[in-house]
Amino acid sequence: MAADESYPNELKYHREHDWARIDGDVATLGVTWYAQDALGEIVHFEPPEDGGSLAKDESYGEVESVKAVSDLISPLSGEVVEVNAAVVEAPETINEDPYGDGWLVKIRLSDPAEVDDLLDVEAYKQLVDEQ
Amino acid sequence: MQTLRRTPLYERHASLGARLVPFAGWEMPVQYTSIVAEHRAVRTSAGVFDVSHMGQLSLAGGGAHDYLQARLSNDLDRVGAGQAQYTLLTNERGGIVDDLIAYRRGSDDYLLVVNAANVDADHGALDETEDVSAEWALLAVQGPEALQRLGIEVEPFTFREDDVLGIRCLVAGTGYTGERGCELGCSPDDAVALWDAILERGIVPCGLGARDTLRLEVCYPLHGNDISPERTPIEAGLGWACALDKEFTGVDVLRRQKEEGPAEKLVAFVMEEKAIPRQGMRVAEGGEVTSGSLSPMLDVGIGLAYVRAELAEPETKLSIDVRGRPKAARVVRKPIYRREES
Repeated sequence: MAADESYPNELKYHREHDWARIDGDVATLGVTWYAQDALGEIVHFEPPEDGGSLAKDESYGEVESVKAVSDLISPLSGEVVEVNAAVVEAPETINEDPYGDGWLVKIRLSDPAEVDDLLDVEAYKQLVDEQ
Repeated sequence: MQTLRRTPLYERHASLGARLVPFAGWEMPVQYTSIVAEHRAVRTSAGVFDVSHMGQLSLAGGGAHDYLQARLSNDLDRVGAGQAQYTLLTNERGGIVDDLIAYRRGSDDYLLVVNAANVDADHGALDETEDVSAEWALLAVQGPEALQRLGIEVEPFTFREDDVLGIRCLVAGTGYTGERGCELGCSPDDAVALWDAILERGIVPCGLGARDTLRLEVCYPLHGNDISPERTPIEAGLGWACALDKEFTGVDVLRRQKEEGPAEKLVAFVMEEKAIPRQGMRVAEGGEVTSGSLSPMLDVGIGLAYVRAELAEPETKLSIDVRGRPKAARVVRKPIYRREES
């Protein structure tokens, strides 16, 4: 079952519809409710390599629906410390729980100051309303 | 910007919450809830598709049979009144202008159902036909329970005029999913009533997204993807729909190609790694993907590709370039999906 629309207050957001949950120098990344809804039922998650490095605003992987492919844009720079293997096996988890079990990767931040560039929930909701 | 056309069922699609997309100049539902769920409904019970965007050409009167027999690839002498035939319209180079179904209504009376994107090309090549597309709405009801739920019987590739759920229809045992079922042609004025009556029978509304994955699993080619005016039936594996012992446009090219063997062939393949092939991706060994998707029934990436003829044997290993990453695939026999016999 697809989740209901929501945008948690505690997350930071990127304009390309990706979210980050900051915990010290580690960030958990995923896609927002808006992104999964626009894509439809997600059937493939192409993850980055474990230990690989992600650059802010650049593609680090892909998610695919039956009809379309979408780049995953990293909201922050850092080194991949964990890929969510459960989502690789069951990509529909992203539709079911985009902020919980549907998280995609965890990274160790190389420049924590980049967090200041991200949108808070109000700014992101406004961006979604304008789409 | 050309205005998109809408079928008589547009309001029904919108009120069901369908995702509507441009397709061949029409605004059509790609999905209502989920492509995967709609696909599985057709494989396991029954689904209904609005395919009113498809075109209809009519030709009746003295010489209609001979006219079409000289221009379509399949042998119309093999079908009688009340029978339908899959056939191709070819060009001078043997390329495929369109694939279509010819419905023989009488000895000199035909209705051709053609792809929406090709109505003008077909009408141009078959200049004596009349474009009667505006007179028809068309619903495809497909799936193992489709006929039973409608309360009708119709044999594959036969058709008749009949009442279905109280509405006068052309009932045809044809479709594009690999399942039993029918296509129902009716007046555009009756389309909403027919659609509503079909849904009342518990038949699931399905969009063009599922129609595409269903046809790909059973390897029915899609014109514009897998076949085109630049590809011949011999390359596409459609030689069975070409009567090379009769005369029709481009037949000399096809006879020669059949004898010499085509340089490339359209093959079906399945991915051996987690990846979804897409139209336009390169085959490393030489070739190009023309259709690709995830198979909702097999849960693996599947596709059709033109490859060099020596790579066309089943079990041949291929490598598909998935946006820069080589992913392993294997040629398989068509169809990719076949129902387990019960």
